[in-house]
Amino acid sequence: MSSLDSQSPNMRSASSHKGLHALLAGLSGVDQVGAEARAAALGTRSIKKESKVWAIDTAISMVDLTTLEGADTVGKVTAMCSKALHPDPTNPSTPSVAAVCVYGDLVPAAREVVGDRIHVAAVATAFPSGRASLGVKLLDTREAVAAGADEIDMVIDRGAFLAGNFGKVFEEIVAIKEACGDAHLKVILETGELKTLDNVRKASWLAMKAGADFIKTSTGKVAPAATLPVTLVMLEAVRDYYTQTNVRIGVKAAGGIKTSKDAIKYLVVVNETVGDAWLTPDLFRFGASTLLNDLLQQRQKMLSGHYSGPDYVTID
Amino acid sequence: MIGNDRVEVRKTHKLFVGGAFPRSESGRTYEATNSQGEFLANVAKASRKDARDAVLAARTGFNSWSKATAYNRGQVLYRIAEVMEGRKDQFISDIQDAEAVSAKKATHQTDQAIDRVLWYAGWADKYAQVLGNTNPVSGPFFNFSIPEPTGVVAAVAPADSSLLGLISVIAPIITSGNSVIVIASTASPIPAITLSECLATSDVIAGNINILTGDPAEIMPSLASHGDVNALDLTGITDPELQKALQIEAAGTVKRVRSAPVNPDWQATPSLSRLRAFTEVKTVWHPLGM
Amino acid sequence: MTFQYAPAPESTAIVNINSSNDLFINGEFTPGHGNPFKTINPATEEVLAEIAHANEEDVNAAVMAARKAYDKTWSKMSGRDRGKYLFRIARLIQERSRELAVLETLDNGKPIRESRDVDVPIAAAHFFYHAGWADKLEFAGYGDNPRPLGVVAQVIPWNFPLLMLAWKIAPALATGNTVVLKPAETTSLTALLFAEICQQADLPPGVVNIITGAGETGRMLVAHPDVNKVAFTGSTAVGQAIQRQIAGTHKRLTLELGGKAANIVFDDAPIDQAVEGIVNGIFFNQGHVCCAGSRLLLQESIAEQTIDSLKRRLVTLRLGDPLDKNTDIGAINSREQLDRIIDLTKSGEDEGAQRWSPDCVIPQKGFWFAPTVFTNVTQAHRIAREEIFGPVLSVLTFRTPDEAIEKANNTPYGLSAGIWTEKGSRILAMANKVRAGVVWANTFNRFDPTSPFGGYKESGFGREGGVQGLGAYLTSEETS
Repeated sequence: MSSLDSQSPNMRSASSHKGLHALLAGLSGVDQVGAEARAAALGTRSIKKESKVWAIDTAISMVDLTTLEGADTVGKVTAMCSKALHPDPTNPSTPSVAAVCVYGDLVPAAREVVGDRIHVAAVATAFPSGRASLGVKLLDTREAVAAGADEIDMVIDRGAFLAGNFGKVFEEIVAIKEACGDAHLKVILETGELKTLDNVRKASWLAMKAGADFIKTSTGKVAPAATLPVTLVMLEAVRDYYTQTNVRIGVKAAGGIKTSKDAIKYLVVVNETVGDAWLTPDLFRFGASTLLNDLLQQRQKMLSGHYSGPDYVTID
Repeated sequence: MIGNDRVEVRKTHKLFVGGAFPRSESGRTYEATNSQGEFLANVAKASRKDARDAVLAARTGFNSWSKATAYNRGQVLYRIAEVMEGRKDQFISDIQDAEAVSAKKATHQTDQAIDRVLWYAGWADKYAQVLGNTNPVSGPFFNFSIPEPTGVVAAVAPADSSLLGLISVIAPIITSGNSVIVIASTASPIPAITLSECLATSDVIAGNINILTGDPAEIMPSLASHGDVNALDLTGITDPELQKALQIEAAGTVKRVRSAPVNPDWQATPSLSRLRAFTEVKTVWHPLGM
Repeated sequence: MTFQYAPAPESTAIVNINSSNDLFINGEFTPGHGNPFKTINPATEEVLAEIAHANEEDVNAAVMAARKAYDKTWSKMSGRDRGKYLFRIARLIQERSRELAVLETLDNGKPIRESRDVDVPIAAAHFFYHAGWADKLEFAGYGDNPRPLGVVAQVIPWNFPLLMLAWKIAPALATGNTVVLKPAETTSLTALLFAEICQQADLPPGVVNIITGAGETGRMLVAHPDVNKVAFTGSTAVGQAIQRQIAGTHKRLTLELGGKAANIVFDDAPIDQAVEGIVNGIFFNQGHVCCAGSRLLLQESIAEQTIDSLKRRLVTLRLGDPLDKNTDIGAINSREQLDRIIDLTKSGEDEGAQRWSPDCVIPQKGFWFAPTVFTNVTQAHRIAREEIFGPVLSVLTFRTPDEAIEKANNTPYGLSAGIWTEKGSRILAMANKVRAGVVWANTFNRFDPTSPFGGYKESGFGREGGVQGLGAYLTSEETS
């Protein structure tokens, strides 16, 4: 599969798309009922006491604290970034999150607050729809990187994917990866629009082959966003890719993960699908906003022994 | 209540649509009376717009209900029976008010109505085994036929059997996976309203069962022509001219129509016909080959 | 390991085990006249309770109670009313489900997650399903007025104690029969709790009778002249003995015996789900499953990579305290069974197959066997022929679909089979050709009260569940 290594789009030959199509067509199918049953079974693991404490802190450290609203302002972003650094002012032992995630034009505001202490991820490439020319997407990416983003969350062209135009999807990822420079690239599959688990598996492989550092479930703007079965299939793809290439690609589950209980289920799925090596913010992230407060309240409960409440955690 | 000076809290009798109890959008009511003509209550008088809202609710309810497993549907029906059992006294009193019958007869009707729900609850995970089958076609094909729910059914409850007849119409429709909009007996609506209170507390999916009180002659034509109603159950229509008019109306959208039975015996054990009536048979072929 | 799961034990406070126990005859708990025996928790070897031993006198009393209840009450009762009693029992099982699950795990050794999520809910579902048939028998295809047989003797195994009880009692009662049931010697406790449930349901006395005991009790029950039908689930050897025993009588018989199911995986299987299916097929319930997928038939072209994937998956299985909610593999039910498993797996090594197990910490006390995979197994190996009834998988290969069918059918057993391929026509063609009573395609170990279960050949005859399952408990035209 050497023809699929990263090259600039101009050097793409017609035959490499055939190779890509053959790869994707040759992947094992996913039985939806079986995959959902496996995900549900993993969700029955009972994580208590010290393992729960570990899981909560790990989950906090894996959060990409996110605001992606039309109404975002410098003030909003500044407040959120401050919380990202010190999620629980009353408990300084609380880990900070992995990253903040904002629109490209608000990257400078984010950097101003976080400095180099945590990552700043910017969404780019006409997020969330991805419906714009490659030129616009490249400009979007370059500006975000220039403004100080060290991670870029791009969206794939779902229309092209669903129309079977895998080559186009592939080449866009390759081009955006190049425009990232040193920034690391997360590729959002928007699994809620891909619909089938077979498509999720194919899109995962396509993104990894095209140079993704992370594959990400969703923009959070389409329901369903992240689900356990979808994340399971992505982790299986990442596992198989590692077996083939010895390269570890990360996975980010974004959108719809609201409670600590949910987050812990995801960690169980990571643990039992790809194991220890992925249980680090370098290889697994949660894209979330309200999840953090639930994690903080659960953390407080584990420390104090009694249930916490919304008054005991900050609103950004 | 001998010797009880307490002033009762009287109930407003509303429609049951989408799992909630709205008044008629028309603001109208009519007087429900007992067999002596004495006032019982002002009951909501449903309009065509209420019926239209009920269809929306029924379609939404159907989308969820049709995805429920047969086991879950049986459990919901069983729960309806449980809740009705707890409300027996109220039903007996309602029936006595509605129909000129003794307490003993009202009790018997209530018992039978609850047992009928139970009978249908037990069918939920079985009728597919009896109404469906594989077909030994000639050729290397696996072929099976299964009964699927038709969708949204608009039904008219019998005028004269205010609970048992009502249940005998509703239960088979929902057991076979459909949603229903039922127009209760105009003269004897109160047991239907008590029933809707039971339904609201029985894990019934919102919109799966909708109960309207009012005049079928006013409401049914719009349901008969409604493009999102799949079938009609004209059981309670006693006027042959009205039935004919509704059948003509229904032809415009090729609805499945079940005509009013002649002299139905609500006490007798039902046949499978009402379970069959609102199902579509789907037959699937698939080759056998290595 | 970075992410350790802390112990998450289910509390046993909900369970109240009597230190000594009686039989349940004619609606009451009554002492047995044989020598009582002890039942232990196979995970700890601690004694849980003393169990009554039914002797000949007790067996007779139970059958007489069942006969009296049949003649005077149950056969005269309407189907509608019989159904209502069964609905009550189903509800009570749901209400007491946690208690039943914990008790089952203590007595049997299976993980609490399985007794909680599989055994107890499906047992309740069997009662719900059959309750609904009680007043609808005329629609089941057995004639206008199918009649019950009378008194039914039922002997059940230790692998799914409560569930096997439900599979037996629910259809028997729904069709109008009365029952004398003998639970397995090592797992009597949930049957005795079920007897309490019968009391709470106000089930008429004598309709259900539970007599605890060992093999001899079962033999006497089956031999009793006033029994009209025998239903047995257990080993093929005992099934054959029962079949011999009732020869020459008019007793009806159904048998659900052993198996050596082939789980067939093609190169176009949905591979991750197939691996789950293989694991579930043989390691669910510690492999103590008659329909276990104990022979993996792998298409040769994918054998090596599938075995690698399987081993990788088996490393995440957790063996240990059955009461821990995170345990996947519980205890082996008895010393005897453990010895059988050890003996057969040794033969596997002796006969030249390659043995592998993931690393497991085996607890000091109790009966345990690590999940084990044998590769390079051939049809001629004992581990490919004989039912091990433990967490031991034998892996064989095949080249073509026809060869897979030949190997799958090349056994005196015929209970179940698994087929893994995304090709629909092949699923149907294989299902058509495989000689097994239950075929699972792209899934395994799925049970439902609506779905008939039972075997071909020496896996037994008769079906349990579904419309077909009712027939065993109803009269037919030719034999009364």
